Amino acid sequence: MTRRQILKSRLLWAAPLALITMVGLGAAAKMRSPLPENLDLSLTRYSDAGLYQTRLDTDMNPVSIGAMHAFIVTLRTRDGRPVEKAALTIDGGMPQHGHGLPTTPRVTADLGGGRYRVEGIKFNMPGWWTVTVHATSGAGGDETTFNLKL
Amino acid sequence: MKRSGIFYAAAGIIALVVLAGFSYKERIFANQNWSEEQKSLIASLLLDALPALPADPSNRVANDPRAAELGQALFNDKRLSANAKVACATCHLRDRQFQDGTPLGHGVGQTNRRTMPISGTAHAPFLFWDGRKDSQWAQALGPLESAVEHGSDRTALARRLAVDYRRDYERLFGPLPEFTGLPDHASPEGNAAAKAAWSKMTEGEREAINRVFANIGKAIAAFERTIKPRETRFDRYARSLQAGTAPNDQLSEPEIAGLALFIGKGNCINCHNGPLLTDNHFHNTGVPAVEGLPEDTGRALGALQVKNDPFNCRGRYSDAAPSDCTELNFMVSEGDELLRAYKPPSLRNVALRPPYMHAGQFRSLDEVVRHYNKAPPAPAGHSELEPLKLNDREVHALQAFLATLSEED
Repeated sequence: MTRRQILKSRLLWAAPLALITMVGLGAAAKMRSPLPENLDLSLTRYSDAGLYQTRLDTDMNPVSIGAMHAFIVTLRTRDGRPVEKAALTIDGGMPQHGHGLPTTPRVTADLGGGRYRVEGIKFNMPGWWTVTVHATSGAGGDETTFNLKL
Repeated sequence: MKRSGIFYAAAGIIALVVLAGFSYKERIFANQNWSEEQKSLIASLLLDALPALPADPSNRVANDPRAAELGQALFNDKRLSANAKVACATCHLRDRQFQDGTPLGHGVGQTNRRTMPISGTAHAPFLFWDGRKDSQWAQALGPLESAVEHGSDRTALARRLAVDYRRDYERLFGPLPEFTGLPDHASPEGNAAAKAAWSKMTEGEREAINRVFANIGKAIAAFERTIKPRETRFDRYARSLQAGTAPNDQLSEPEIAGLALFIGKGNCINCHNGPLLTDNHFHNTGVPAVEGLPEDTGRALGALQVKNDPFNCRGRYSDAAPSDCTELNFMVSEGDELLRAYKPPSLRNVALRPPYMHAGQFRSLDEVVRHYNKAPPAPAGHSELEPLKLNDREVHALQAFLATLSEED
């Protein structure tokens, strides 16, 4: 093999290798900003100070972006008893974008048994959203934050 | 020998660079390389995913073809203006996606905002750049009384209906009121004389005229509901991608690269999402203020206006039950995020309608994309943008993609 032939054959190998590298780099550059690792997407969670067990149910499954819908929030004490007549407020937003919810959801019905209907929920973008339920009852005030991935 | 070795090495390196560049393009451009997440984002923009026309409970004639026919006539009728030279169609030109291609609208005077396109607005919970109206019919009322658009007033408009459209009006809405004794020109929004005349009318007279005024809007809205987006080259590509057939010929390489940026690194899909490519919300994107125009706070003022609008969904001229007015009932009406926030218009046909932004600040899509790329601070409030770090090739690719959203004749 002459030197020139060796060079040619190396080039023939180098091209696909370079190609594969470019594909890899391209794929990495194209990924949307990733969610934090170990994001807890569970819809039944304990509140921050552990006063409540809060559960979120949606009336739209799967949730579609831009559509108004409602949640049922179920509030229980740590040992599982329903929390009646609690005062709930809801907020949230997109932590990666630094903005809040596009609407102001609020409780529209106390369904009894620790269940509350929250209307006016809307998510206007794909991505990671948080929804925080602030609850106040005889047991005290506490908040529970849920992660949603749309 | 040594020299030719260097020559071959140099040629080889050049070939490598070209090959690598080509292969990179191939990778983005070949549709079989879309990830499942990308495919589902692309499918979410497809026109086929547009829901059926939403009901408008605030307008009981919304789907009545007779109302649409009357509305179309009113939309094109210059006699509804103060100088008989301005119709809705003056700024909303049918052959230009119902907009006028100028930075600011020109009626009997000059407005402070860019004329918005109409197609698909039946799906919008809030109308105008700042969302100061919550239905197509309430929106249509604004320009009729604006001193710089139609420049008309409520009693003049109601009288016009009685002269030119009595039969069509009455079969839809019932008898017109008696006009004897009513002023020729009166409105709570007009000039001093019109306001004075309005204040002298009885409560019952005002309500009767307001009702005719609202019904004019409802007829125009029934017509505007029929203006719908049509299929584009992008839709054909996205549909075959979804079906799993190979539609390579439908979009060019830069167009597909632009689509990848649109749903990825460009962050465009954050606000321009769904089949109409708008989230119908309000965003401060640091668009510059226009010298010479009054201070514009965008949604901050628009939210207050729609809340207090007597013609909103909860008002007495609406046909809806208050509980139907979900968007109004749960809207965000205060907060820093509203300052200089504006509605992203649908991007369908966007390449066909420069200039861009709420006061036509940018002459071309190139200027728009470069603005988003640079992400300058907002003149007031806080811009949601972050610099995108797109290179020139990517800036051009995004523009190429946007042009695939144009309807073809």
